[in-house]
Amino acid sequence: MKIAIPVDEKVLESNVCVSFGRTPYFLIYDTETKESVFIDNSAASSAGGAGIKAAQTIVDNKANVLLTPRCGENAADVLKSADIKIFKTTFASVKDNIDAFNDGKLSLLDEIHAGFHGHGGN
Amino acid sequence: MRIAVLSGKGGTGKTLVSVNLAAAAKTSTYIDCDVEEPNGYLFFKPEGVHEEEISVKIPKVNNKLCDGCRKCVDFCKFNALAYIKNKLVVFDEVCHSCGGCTMLCPEKALTEKENVIGKVQKGTSNQVTIYTGILNTGEASGVPIIKKLLAENNLDTNKKIFIDCPPGSACIVMESIKDADYCVLVAEPTLFGTHNLNMVYELVKLFNKPFGAVLNKCLEEENPAEKFCLEKNIKILSRIPFDTELGKLNSNAEIAVNKNEKYCDMFSSLLKTVTKEVRHETNANS
Repeated sequence: MKIAIPVDEKVLESNVCVSFGRTPYFLIYDTETKESVFIDNSAASSAGGAGIKAAQTIVDNKANVLLTPRCGENAADVLKSADIKIFKTTFASVKDNIDAFNDGKLSLLDEIHAGFHGHGGN
Repeated sequence: MRIAVLSGKGGTGKTLVSVNLAAAAKTSTYIDCDVEEPNGYLFFKPEGVHEEEISVKIPKVNNKLCDGCRKCVDFCKFNALAYIKNKLVVFDEVCHSCGGCTMLCPEKALTEKENVIGKVQKGTSNQVTIYTGILNTGEASGVPIIKKLLAENNLDTNKKIFIDCPPGSACIVMESIKDADYCVLVAEPTLFGTHNLNMVYELVKLFNKPFGAVLNKCLEEENPAEKFCLEKNIKILSRIPFDTELGKLNSNAEIAVNKNEKYCDMFSSLLKTVTKEVRHETNANS
C-alpha cells in the first residue's frame, strides 16, 4: 500500500506540513517495500486551485491513502473520485504518523474545510 | 468625467466619499463596483430598479470524446480541471472563464456553457442614476460584472460619473479604474492606513492616472497618511475630520450632504476641487 503525506522537508525525519495543497513536498511511502519517494508539489505556487492540483499529483502517483492534518473540499472531491482514503495525522513527525497508521490508530479525516481560496491559505 | 474612488483597505470611507460626491453633484451617476459587498444603494434607496443577470462561459466536458491527453489540465493556471480515473472533471467555481481549455482541446471534448455569476441593478434616486454590481457568493471573479457596469457608462463622458471601487489593488480594482479620468484615494490616519494608501498610490501611478488624496477621520494629532502625501507630493483634496455626527449619519445609511448644510458645503467644496483637477488634467493632455 502506498501512503502519501504532505511534508516540510525531503527527509523521513521531517514534520508533516500543515497545508495539503501548498505543501512543498509529498512523501510517497510504500508500506510493503518500506521505500520512500519524495516528490515536489508543483501546486505550491499555483495562482488558485492548489488543492485540486496537489490531489491530482497524489492520484497520479498511485497512492492508496493520504495522511494529512487537513484537506479542502475540492481536493477531497478529487481524492474521493479516485477512491483514496484520507486519514487525519495526530503527530507532528512523519514517522510517528506512519507507525500510528500501520497500527490502525489513525482515524478518517471527517472535517473537510471549504478551502481558503486566497484568504489566508497561502 | 469618470471619477474613481478607491483605497487599499475596506472601511476608509470610499462609499462615504463617492455617495456624497454624487449627491453633491445633483445630476450624476453613481456606480458601485464593490461587487462583493455593494452598499451604495443602501444610501440612495433607488427606485424603479431594473435587474440584469450576468453570466460567463465555463467549460463543459464530453467524456466520450476526451482521450485523456491532459492538455487542458496542464494549461489551466487556476487548476479548475482534474483528470481522475479516465474522467475529466471541471470545478466550475474555480474556473476564471478564460476559454483556453476549450480552445486547446484537440478532441473537441470541451464546449462552453453559460454560468450566472451575479447581476447588475439600475435605478434612480432624485437626479442620481445608481448602478449596483452584485457578485454571487463563491464566484471566482467580479471582473465580468464590473466590465458590464462600466461599458454602459463609458459612452457619455459629459456626465459626472462616480465609481465606488472595491478595496485593495487587485484585478477588480484595476478593472474599475481602467477608464477613469481621475482617481480619488481615500486614506485613514494610521500606519496601517498609510501602508494601504501606498498600495493604491503605486497602482494609480502604474496606470498613469491623475489622482489626489482625501484624508478621512482626521484628528488633531500626527497623521501618517498626511505625512506620506507630503513626502510623495500627492495633492490633498480634502481633510474630513473625525466626526461622530458624520459617522452616525453614515452608519444610519443617510446621505450626509442631504442632511446637514455643513456636510453639503464640505462635499461640494471637494467636488469643486476634484472637478477642477480633472479639467486641469484634461487640458494638460489635450
